[in-house]
Amino acid sequence: MPKKNGNQPDRAPETPVPMKGGQMIWEAMVREGVRVVYGHPGGAILPAYDLLSPYEKEGKIHHVLVRHEQCAAHMADGWARATGEVGVCVATSGPGATNLITGLATAQMDSVPIVAVTGQVPTNLLGTDAFQESDVVGVSAPVCKHNYLVTDVADLPLILKEAFHIAREGRPGVVLIDICKDVQNATGEFRYDFEIDLPGFEPWPNVDMDIVRTAAELINKAERPLVLSGHGVQLARMGRELLELVERAEIPVVTTLLGTGNIPESHPLSLGMGGMHGEAYANRAVQACDVLIAMGMRFDDRITGRLDSFAKQAKIIHFELDRAEVGKNVVPDVPVIGDLAETLPAMLPMIEERRHQIWLQELKEWETDSAQTDIINYEVDELIPPYVIRQLWHSTSNASSEPAIIVTDVGQHQMWECQYFTHDQPGQLLTSGGLGTMGFALPAAIGAQMAFPDRLVWAVAGDGGFQMTLQELAVIKQEGNLPIKIAIINNGFLGMVRQWQQLFYEKRYTGTPVWSPDFVQLAAAYQIPALHVTKPEEVVPAFEKAHATPGPFLIDFRVKEEVNVYPMVAPGAAVDQLIRRPKPAVMQGYSGVQPSW
Amino acid sequence: MKYTLIAWMRDKPGVLSRVSGMMRRRNFNIDSLQVGHTESPGISRMTFVVDGNERMVDQVIKQLRKLVDVTRVEDISEQPIVAREMALIRVSTNADNRSEIVQMVNIYRGEIVDVAMDSMIVQIVGAQDRVDSLIDLLSNFGISEMVRTGPVAMARGRTERTARRSSAVWRAQANGRDATATERFKTGGV
Ligand SMILES: Cc1ncc(C[n+]2csc(CCOP(=O)(O)OP(=O)(O)O)c2C)c(N)n1
Repeated sequence: MPKKNGNQPDRAPETPVPMKGGQMIWEAMVREGVRVVYGHPGGAILPAYDLLSPYEKEGKIHHVLVRHEQCAAHMADGWARATGEVGVCVATSGPGATNLITGLATAQMDSVPIVAVTGQVPTNLLGTDAFQESDVVGVSAPVCKHNYLVTDVADLPLILKEAFHIAREGRPGVVLIDICKDVQNATGEFRYDFEIDLPGFEPWPNVDMDIVRTAAELINKAERPLVLSGHGVQLARMGRELLELVERAEIPVVTTLLGTGNIPESHPLSLGMGGMHGEAYANRAVQACDVLIAMGMRFDDRITGRLDSFAKQAKIIHFELDRAEVGKNVVPDVPVIGDLAETLPAMLPMIEERRHQIWLQELKEWETDSAQTDIINYEVDELIPPYVIRQLWHSTSNASSEPAIIVTDVGQHQMWECQYFTHDQPGQLLTSGGLGTMGFALPAAIGAQMAFPDRLVWAVAGDGGFQMTLQELAVIKQEGNLPIKIAIINNGFLGMVRQWQQLFYEKRYTGTPVWSPDFVQLAAAYQIPALHVTKPEEVVPAFEKAHATPGPFLIDFRVKEEVNVYPMVAPGAAVDQLIRRPKPAVMQGYSGVQPSW
Repeated sequence: MKYTLIAWMRDKPGVLSRVSGMMRRRNFNIDSLQVGHTESPGISRMTFVVDGNERMVDQVIKQLRKLVDVTRVEDISEQPIVAREMALIRVSTNADNRSEIVQMVNIYRGEIVDVAMDSMIVQIVGAQDRVDSLIDLLSNFGISEMVRTGPVAMARGRTERTARRSSAVWRAQANGRDATATERFKTGGV
């Protein structure tokens, strides 16, 4: 019983029209509602680019020229995360296609819907190691939900339709279509009213109501229930229903990195993020709860820590769309397989009004050590990143009525963002969670900003990751001065790796000191206004300046160098065996591993 | 333990490499894999023998089902099944032992499919242990070349089956008992 099968309602069959393969690509995209594609041309995709021009002229599809194909995928990714629509990126054969891979893997790991189109050498040259030939279907298969090689123009319309269907339906993911150059030039018949017939594709598994009932009964009986919620809640757009559940039964909520903001973090039931850099009380709650309600998450090792000591006291209920995630890492007691948008509303009426005062009181006591109280304790006579992030939150809250979209890179600043920014909306934080791809922030922010031109979008990056994709600053200008604001948390190191070296490799800082250009001058070269910030008292005025300046703005925060992210669960340790946040003023050089409580 | 799985898939280019790539990437151990056509045009059938434990095999099934081209997967390990392998064995012969070999092959209901002056090719189709034991016997005469397939398999006595899975296993576990074989079968792992 496919819920959303992507098929058109009964209508007179579409009359096929003769069309070149290259044009079919764009025609299909228009039918799919695609407005923007991110790409980089080259020989093997040129016929398609040539046929794009009428679509550009008529304003149907806008092509954004990227400076590196990885960023085409990241921009499509940022667009898709921000809108929930399928993002599209385009590249040529060989190096163009292989450059895409990191971006596609990033999206696939985080269940982001993307269709990637690549050019391939002509069919008669396939397999000959022709110029710029690479086995793109082979190379990309492990990082795709599905992919296609198109060698006959007659297959192209159906493949295009299937690709969007597969990318979008069920657990979203990446579909790549590799199209031979001669297929782009060949003329075929185009229609788009196909019935999708994919017997092996089960995007929306049937829901077993008995299991839903079992889950509800378990929740109703729980004394110390806890929700551990992930990206799936956002993908199913179930934030409101989740809030209803937890308010009715008084259940505290921990989120994964990608579940940030599933319920407002200012809500009393929100415990923020759990896992490796989650707050101690959030992890402790996971270890102490008696019923763990995992929702739309996949028990990544960064959230569970050592598996054999994870949530040992709890009965585990796992709400999950993708059957293959159920039992993969953690075997649940009650697996609720199916679309959360179906299972959660079905369960809600079975949930009883409950209060868990003792449990919440216990949590409250543990909460004294937390980021929120921590920041109050800081003597900010030095420029430290948590302070910068906290002020970013204050400043964006003042500057914009709609919550700002924050796109982070990967590293320490990413974790500080999670800890010290209060996310009150699902989808407010866009970040590469599963793959942890440095260089994600700037291009993904460009995608998000283009999706929402009027929203305030901040890219927050480290000095290391920013230099991985900074060439995309050019896109900000080429696309008409996109109003993206950029914060570089510049600590002179690959900070997160340096932290591991400090804690686990006796401070041998091999390969982690980073030399950077003067980012303000760099921005100037791209005609982007920018500021250095070196003192705490400059932080607030700098944010105000950024918000008051129309168009893009870059701030280079030259923060104190050797600051660590705490708490921290050492890799392979149990989540309650963590290195605590040291008391204020001993930030530097602290490396004692203290078992908690 | 060894598990026998059957997967049906659309006969699309690259489907074999998708399946084997997934198995490699997920670190699953395949003992043998046979592919062939089926009664339905455009659908191929793979028989896998997988070495592992129940949880791992469940995961194999679930990952297989996730592949878009794979239309159906069944775990027939605990079903009454017919499983057959085939081997071609070139045995060195001479005038003295030729008739002895022929006799043996007959007992095993094998066939001599080629005869040369100093060797012959024996063909055997059968369950794994029967193939094993004929090979064992023939090795006394000297096997100079051999090729052997993995098993292809089919469940006995059913003409049609539902491949749909329910959550029977999980329901059993939630009720504090182990799932029965039928429940496990019904769910194909989950
Ligand atoms: C493409 C890529 N290469 C390497 C890593 C490993 N890595 C994770 S965090 C990190 C350090 C990032 O440094 P920086 O961008 O300066 O941010 P900071 O941690 O200092 O905030 C590295 C190298 C990665 N995640 N991605």
